[in-house]
Amino acid sequence: MAATAGHATLFEDWSSDITTFKGVSWGKAMMWIFLLSDTFIFSCFLTGYMTVRTAAAEPWPNASEVFALTVLGQSVPLLLIAIMTFDLITSSGTMALAVNYGYRREKKKAVRLILATAFFGAVFVGMQGIEWWKLIHDGVRPWDNPFGAEQFGACFFMITGFHGLHVSAGVVYLLVIAHRVHKGRYDHTNFEIIEVVGLYWHFVDLVWVFIFAFFYLW
Amino acid sequence: MSSEVGQQHPLGIYWVVWGGLFVVSALSYATDFLPQGLLRWGLILLFMFVKAGYIVAIFMHLKYERWALIYALLVPPGALLVLVGLMWMESDYTWLTRVVYFGADENPQPASLHD
Repeated sequence: MAATAGHATLFEDWSSDITTFKGVSWGKAMMWIFLLSDTFIFSCFLTGYMTVRTAAAEPWPNASEVFALTVLGQSVPLLLIAIMTFDLITSSGTMALAVNYGYRREKKKAVRLILATAFFGAVFVGMQGIEWWKLIHDGVRPWDNPFGAEQFGACFFMITGFHGLHVSAGVVYLLVIAHRVHKGRYDHTNFEIIEVVGLYWHFVDLVWVFIFAFFYLW
Repeated sequence: MSSEVGQQHPLGIYWVVWGGLFVVSALSYATDFLPQGLLRWGLILLFMFVKAGYIVAIFMHLKYERWALIYALLVPPGALLVLVGLMWMESDYTWLTRVVYFGADENPQPASLHD
């Protein structure tokens, strides 16, 4: 299939009076549409965060210091966040390989890679739990914190919480698909189901890229 | 059969992109050591878009899809730029109101945790 046969296909596909997304199964198309709507939800959160931060007359807490960890007596900024970032990228890599091995019909490898992805996802959620615990311990609340503008806590818990829920749901989703692939439920297909769950997982990583940039680095 | 509907590509590109994402993430983390300013914000945005682009284009295979799908997914988020622009103006106005009418400090100094 010539996947990208030029812009002419754009108008042909949309005016063809039959399936618009040719060569894309319904499962995959609907996952993409869902992710598009999810993009709007996360964007609204991040835009809301921008709005309260720009409007805040009180100084905004310095994320670099708030999320610093002390290692061997040395304060390292954003250490846990950096580890979480690398962890999530690692899971994205194993997911991409799982999709590939699925299409190669190497079921065993695909299942193992999906399980590895779920493992890294669970580790991410665990580290996020530590992060929340530390911040709550430091006195950060959705309505107050000792470091500056009150809106900081509300933005932090809302955005990272919603993302964390996505990761948690993704881990469950991955485990279900791994189990079903292992049991042979998709043996009669080309294992596109792994690409569909992969789209969801990569999206979770994608959202983290934006949260990392706007919330932690900015 | 699998080549008709699926996204089958050589493994090599995934390893390259994977490694690339690690490098860009490390660079992204390194921006935290820069002082606040245009250089820092520019690099944050640059690395962010490079990472997002690689994830969407290669890992999510959007690069290999037909334009009908690519446009359906990339055009709608453009509306978000309008939202961001409007909210930016609005929040700037709110901030100004707080400074002019409520005696908020125009140049507050961030509280340091180590004082």
